[in-house]
Amino acid sequence: MSDNNDVLLKVSDLKMHFPIYRGVIQRQVGAVHAVDGVSFDVRRGETLGLVGESGCGKSTTGRTILQLYKPTAGEVFFEGTNLVSLKREEMRWMRRQMQMIFQDPYASLNPRMTVGEIVGEPLSVHNVAAGKEIQERVAHLLELVGLNPGFAGRYPHEFSGGQRQRIGVARALALQPSFIICDEPISALDVSIQAQVVNLLEELQEQFNLTYLFIAHDLSMVRHISKRVAVMYLGVIMELANRDDLYLDPLHPYTQALLSAVPIPDPMADINRKRVILEGDVPSPVNPPSGCRFRTRCPIADKVCAESRPEFREVRPGHFVACHLVS
Amino acid sequence: MPDLLLDIKGLETQFKTPEGIVHAVNGVSFGLKEGETLGVVGESGCGKSVTMLSVLGLVASPPGKVAAGEALFLGEDLLKMPAEKLRHVRGAQIAMIFQDPMTSLNPVLTIGRQLEEPLMLHIGMTKNQARDRAAELLGMVGIPNAKERLNDYPHQYSGGMRQRVMIAMALSCSPQVLIADEPTTALDVTIQAQITDLVKRLRNELGMAIVWITHDLGVVAGLAQRVLVMYGGCVIEEASVTELFASPTHPYTIGLINSLPRVDRNAHSRLYSIEGQPPVLYQKPHSCPFAPRCKWAMERCWKENPTLDPVADEHRVACWVDTKTGRPR
Repeated sequence: MSDNNDVLLKVSDLKMHFPIYRGVIQRQVGAVHAVDGVSFDVRRGETLGLVGESGCGKSTTGRTILQLYKPTAGEVFFEGTNLVSLKREEMRWMRRQMQMIFQDPYASLNPRMTVGEIVGEPLSVHNVAAGKEIQERVAHLLELVGLNPGFAGRYPHEFSGGQRQRIGVARALALQPSFIICDEPISALDVSIQAQVVNLLEELQEQFNLTYLFIAHDLSMVRHISKRVAVMYLGVIMELANRDDLYLDPLHPYTQALLSAVPIPDPMADINRKRVILEGDVPSPVNPPSGCRFRTRCPIADKVCAESRPEFREVRPGHFVACHLVS
Repeated sequence: MPDLLLDIKGLETQFKTPEGIVHAVNGVSFGLKEGETLGVVGESGCGKSVTMLSVLGLVASPPGKVAAGEALFLGEDLLKMPAEKLRHVRGAQIAMIFQDPMTSLNPVLTIGRQLEEPLMLHIGMTKNQARDRAAELLGMVGIPNAKERLNDYPHQYSGGMRQRVMIAMALSCSPQVLIADEPTTALDVTIQAQITDLVKRLRNELGMAIVWITHDLGVVAGLAQRVLVMYGGCVIEEASVTELFASPTHPYTIGLINSLPRVDRNAHSRLYSIEGQPPVLYQKPHSCPFAPRCKWAMERCWKENPTLDPVADEHRVACWVDTKTGRPR
């Protein structure tokens, strides 16, 4: 990968295999290869979009970066510190700088806590503020995300989905992190509310020079928000490039098929499109195909694709592809 | 209008909840012509699913109640039909597929058994005839080794395959109308593309009319011929699909289309967004349900719920404002 000075996060050959136990003595009989060797950089101040279909390992990648799961192998460098080797307490300290916004605004807020307690909790847990200062900071944070500071005494159920997601954003911002992982932050929201939340995320990014890893399956929204985009399939990154390179000139057959499958809200544009319809379903990550993960559904797969795993290589400046047949 | 298969007039549906009566559907009227595909678009809670469930008599009562209106199917009112007769229309003449293919199949019966049931019930096939036809249907929706896979249970099928089974089941009695309630929402885009392609192919082969309920304007653009846009339990715009996307006229439709980023082009620096939230209707709307979020709203919008009036050929809009000029219509 390029030696860019302003690399904030560097992930190299990260693997997360979840063991499967069976039988009376709970012997390990296999593993779910959720993330199977992914490498990428996130540069300071950018938004890296991470897209893929359900079960491709994109959320697991996000969680493993934050060490919410202990990775099976690989390294994660944040500002030069290898997070994998950190002790619990040291990692807790690092988490001040890296926060997460979750997909489901209904499940990710404790229903028994008031909004003030939810947003203020990170401040007291990390001993950043106490007493009255917490209240002031909470009021400021709520204002920042477009909520009335007077709502601090209310409970999550009194808010709509979009408002709850704003609460989640306020909580993530409480410790003034530099890096936020947005794990499908808008996919549970209605269309007219999605734009509100995305605009908010972009405003905050500009205001605080935040770096985002934006995980989503909505390729249209990822095109809007990202500077660079990585496409995952079955635990592996298939293609990574600048946004325009990826959307205008996708090189990997999976990216091509994925982009052509996205419906376009314009009947005229839809008529003239070339569509690649993939056959079949995504194989099980318990027993992924040999060689290239995508070969079982790939329209151009060759013999070599079954024999060896394609290297993730830079075919054009900044444009990485894992495919034997792309030159 | 001639040759209407379905003719819905002034439909109103309410639900009793502890917080009060929710007016989910408020005077919805539309027609469905033979062989056409009608898209029904709207966000959660706008009443799009409840409208179609009401038509089929599938709203649980209590707490739900179809309070007013008619739903004519080939001239007969489905809302007044005796339960036994309605059961025969449902499934045989009007079939429905649901959003979640995981929960709409019975997990303890084989796929074959579930496919055979409507065939024996509605068409009066024998067990053996039904078995053969079931295999044929599975093959038609693109499931390989159809004959062997009849003996599988739903959990042995993937999400996309289960939705194919639902479609096979819905089409098994050659219905004239297929109502699809967000059938691809739970699926990944590549699988969604497979399913919409399948539906297009079957539509051309079998010629049934389709009502496709969705929140995804992209899916509607590629599939429907005519579109209803719903908001707050009312139809707020109705047009052909090309007309709707070329000249959306209701402020909500305009906002919705503009707020979507597109995969085929770079968006503007900021997404257009509709501020505020959709309403919860504890009262029957006496003003325009969209007025609180509308930047065009005038005095009249707060006093009277607009009627659905034509603005062009086959294009109707419920709005007091002419959004092209900003003046009263």
